[in-house]
Amino acid sequence: MIDYTVVDLSRLQFAATAMYHFLFVPLTLGLSFMMAIMESVYVMTGRDIWRRMTLFWGVCFGINFAMGVATGIVMEFQFGTNWAYYSHYVGDVFGAPLAIEGLMAFFLEATFIGLFFFGWDRLSKVGHLVVTWLVALGANFSALWILIANGWMQNPVGSTFNPQTMRMEIVDFMAVIFNPVAQAKFVHTVSAGYVTGAMFIISVSAYFMLRGRHLELAKRSMAVAASFGLAASLSVVVLGDESGYVTTEHQKMKLAAMEAMWDTEPAPAGFTLFALPDQQTRQNTYAMHIPYALGLISTRSISKEVPGILPLVEHAKTRVQNGTKAYAALQAVRANPNDAEAQKTFEANWHDLGYSLLLKRYRDDVQNATPEEIEKAAFDTVPHVPPLFWSFRIMVALGFYFILFFAVAFWLATKHKLGDSRLLLKIALFSLPLPWVAIEAGWLVAEYGRQPWIIEGVLPTFYAASGLTLTDLAISLGVFLTIYTVLFIIEMILMVKVIRKGPADELLVQDGLGGGAYVPAGATARPER
Amino acid sequence: MEFIPLSYETLRMVWWLLLGILLIGFALMDGYDLGVGALLPFVARTDPERRILINLVGPTWEGNQVWLVLGGGAIFAAWPPLYAVSFSGFYLAMLVILVALILRPVGFKFRGKIADPRWRSAWDGALFVGGAVPALIFGVAVGNVLRGVPFNLDDTLRPSYAGTFFGLLTPFALLCGLVSLSMVVAHGAAVIAARTEGVTAVRARAYGKWAAILTASFFALGGLWVAFGLDGYSVTSVQDAAGPSNPLAKTVTTATGAWLAGYAARPWTIIAPLLGFAGCAIAWIGLTARAWKTSLMGTSAAIVGVISTAGLSLFPFLLPSSLNPNASLTVWDASSSHLTLWTMLIATCVFLPMILAYTAWVYRVMSGPVTADSIGRNPNAY
Repeated sequence: MIDYTVVDLSRLQFAATAMYHFLFVPLTLGLSFMMAIMESVYVMTGRDIWRRMTLFWGVCFGINFAMGVATGIVMEFQFGTNWAYYSHYVGDVFGAPLAIEGLMAFFLEATFIGLFFFGWDRLSKVGHLVVTWLVALGANFSALWILIANGWMQNPVGSTFNPQTMRMEIVDFMAVIFNPVAQAKFVHTVSAGYVTGAMFIISVSAYFMLRGRHLELAKRSMAVAASFGLAASLSVVVLGDESGYVTTEHQKMKLAAMEAMWDTEPAPAGFTLFALPDQQTRQNTYAMHIPYALGLISTRSISKEVPGILPLVEHAKTRVQNGTKAYAALQAVRANPNDAEAQKTFEANWHDLGYSLLLKRYRDDVQNATPEEIEKAAFDTVPHVPPLFWSFRIMVALGFYFILFFAVAFWLATKHKLGDSRLLLKIALFSLPLPWVAIEAGWLVAEYGRQPWIIEGVLPTFYAASGLTLTDLAISLGVFLTIYTVLFIIEMILMVKVIRKGPADELLVQDGLGGGAYVPAGATARPER
Repeated sequence: MEFIPLSYETLRMVWWLLLGILLIGFALMDGYDLGVGALLPFVARTDPERRILINLVGPTWEGNQVWLVLGGGAIFAAWPPLYAVSFSGFYLAMLVILVALILRPVGFKFRGKIADPRWRSAWDGALFVGGAVPALIFGVAVGNVLRGVPFNLDDTLRPSYAGTFFGLLTPFALLCGLVSLSMVVAHGAAVIAARTEGVTAVRARAYGKWAAILTASFFALGGLWVAFGLDGYSVTSVQDAAGPSNPLAKTVTTATGAWLAGYAARPWTIIAPLLGFAGCAIAWIGLTARAWKTSLMGTSAAIVGVISTAGLSLFPFLLPSSLNPNASLTVWDASSSHLTLWTMLIATCVFLPMILAYTAWVYRVMSGPVTADSIGRNPNAY
C-alpha cells in the first residue's frame, strides 16, 4: 500500500534539495561565462586588472560550485532512493540524458575547474583561457542535458509503454533531445542563470563603489555585467514567452492554473493582473484583467481559445475512462501476451494509461472504478492554483524589472557614468536577492504546476515513490534540512568574508603554510610564460 | 525502430563490462582521494602537513568524483531496475554516503578560508569522515549484494524492501567493507608516497604497507567465507539473453559455494582474484623499495582484481534477492531497452576517450611533487 505521508515527505525532500541546489547553480552558470569574458579581455589586452577580476569572481564561483556539486549528487541519487518506481518506470528514457550529462558536461566542468584554480602558473595565458572557457561550456552543457531530462517530464515525447517490461521505453531519441519544451526551457533557464550572475557582479561592485573601494575592478566588472545582464534579461523574458507558448500546446492545465482561469474565456483571452483565486469555490475574487493579453501570448492569435480549468477537467474525465480500458487491456496482455484483441485495445488507449493510475488513490482494481471515483481522479489533475498564480506573477514582474534595471545600467555604462548615481548603486545593491526570488518562483511554476504528475499524463507523483517507512523519511529529511541550513549559513559567512576582504591587491595569500597573511599584489605576481 | 548493429545480448554484455569499468574507474580515481581523506589525521599531524595532503588531491578530486556521478547515471540509464531497487533498498546507507560526500567538497573549499585552528581541525574531521565512511560503506554494500538483498517485486515490478539499516551490518558485509577500506587506503598511501616528500611520504609508506597486507588478508578471508560459509545463487531456468527485461520470468536456487561455480565453468576468470593478491604483493614491494611507480601499479592492480572478482563471482547476477530469489536482477533481465543501450553505447564511445584524454592532460599539467613551497606560491591553494 502507498503511504501518502511518505509520498508527501519525499516530495518535500526533493523540493528542498532542488530549490537548494538551485540557489548555487544559476550563479555558477552566469559567473563562469563572465569570468571567461574577463579573462579573454586580459589575454587580449594584457592588462593585469582583468586577470585580478577573473581571480576575484573565480573565488566566489568556487564556493558556489562546491555547494552545487554537493547538492547535485543528492539530486541525482534521490531519483533512486526516494522515487524507485519512477526509476523503474521511466529510467529507460530519463536515465539517458542524465548519464550523457555526466559524460559530456559534468566531467568537462569538474576536471577543468581544478586547473582553473591551480593552473595559473602552470599554463600559458592562452592555455588557461581555454580552461576557463571549457569550465563555462561544461556548466552550460550540463544545464542542457538536465533540462532535456526535465523537458521530457513535462512533455514525454519519443517513447512508448512496453507491457512486457511494465515501463516507458525510448523509440525516438532525437525527439527526446529536440523536444520543444526542453529547448525553450534550456535557453530560459540558462538566461536566468546569466541574469543572476550579472546581478551578483553588479551588486557586489556597487557595494565596492559605495564604499569607495576597488574602483578599477568594480567599474569594469559593472560594465561587463550590465551588457551581459541586458542581453540575458531580454533573452529570459523572450524565451519565457516561448515557454508559455509551448506550455499552451503541451500542458494546458498548467497554463490554466497559472492564470487561475476556471472557465474557457472567449478568444482572445484577457490576462488577469490581480485576483484572489479560491480552490474550493473555483472562482476568483477582485480580479483585474488586461484585455486580449493572455490570448496573444499563449496562442499568438486573436481567434484561438485558451481552455479553462473546468473544461479541462471534463476532458480529463474522458481520459480517465479511456485509461481504465487501457488498464484492463494491459492486465489481459500481461496474463496472455498472445491476446490479440486486448493488444488492439491497449494500443488504441495506452496514451491514457497514466490517467487510470490516478485512480490508484481510490482503489487498486482501477478497471472497476465508479463514476464518482473517476470524477475525483479527473479533479486531481488540477494543481493547487493560488501558489502558481502568484509565483508566476512574481516571476514575470521581476523579469520586466531586470530588463529595465539592466537597460539603465547599460545606458549609464556606455556614458561612463555608472558610478555617478548613488541611487542606482543602492538600487543595485538591494536588488541582489531578486534573481533568486524569480528563479525559485519559476521552479515552482514549472514543477509544482506539473502536479499531480511526475511525468505529465504518464505517471502520477504519488504512484512513483519508493516504499520507504516514515522513520526513513523522518531521519533523512531531518539530516538533509540540518546540513543544508548549516552549510547555507557557512556559505553566507564565507561569501561575506570574501567580498569584504575584496580582490587582488588584498587577495589572501598564504605565507608558506601558516595561512592568513596579506601580501601586496606585487609579491604575488606569478611568472608569465 | 531503427537498425541496431549489435544484438540485445551483446549490448547487455557490453554494458555489464562498462558498469565494471565505471566502478573500477571510480575506485582508481576517486579511490585515492577517499584513501587520502581516511589517512589525513594519521599521515599528516600538523596544519602544514595536512595542507600538503589536501592540496595533493585538491586540483583533481572534483573530476575524480564525477566517476561516481557517472556510475550512478549509467546504472540509471542502462540498468534501471538495479538503480531503483538498490538505491531505495539501501536508503539509510545511501544517506550516510551522501552526507559524507557532501562534507567533502565543502571541506576542501571551506577549510582554508579561515585560519582558526578549531575551524580547520573540524573540517579535517569532516574530510576524514568523507573519505573513510564511503570507502567502508561501498564495500559493505557489495558484501550485501553477495549475501542477497531482502527485496521483492510485485506483478507491476514495483520493488519492496524488507531489510533495515543495521541488518546490512552483518559480519560478512563488514569484512567486505574492510577489504574496500584497506584497498583504497593502500591506494591513497601509494599516491601520497609518490607525490609528497619528507615525513608525510615516510608515514604513508608505513601505513600503505600495512594496508596492502590487510587488503590481501581480508580478501583471502572473504574468499574462504564465500566458498564455505555463504549461499550463492544460480539460475535454474533457461534465460532468453535477448528477452524483455522482466526479472520475474526465471527461477533461481541458492547453495553454499555457488558463487564459485563460474570459476569452474570459465577457469580463465581465476585471473581476477590472482590479480588482486598479486597487486597487494607488488604494492608492498614497491612501497618497501620506495619505487612509487611500482607501488601505484600494485594498488591499481589490486583494485582491478578485487572489483572484477566480485563482478565475475556474481555473474550473471546484478542483485540477488534473498527474499524471493526468482525476483533477482540479472544481466539478462534488468537492463534498459535495446535502443537505449545502443544509444548510450554510442555516447560512451564518443565521450569516454575524450574524458580519458583531457584527464590525462590535466594530470600531466598538475604533475610534480606537492610541497609547502608549491602551495605557498598559489593564492588559490586550499
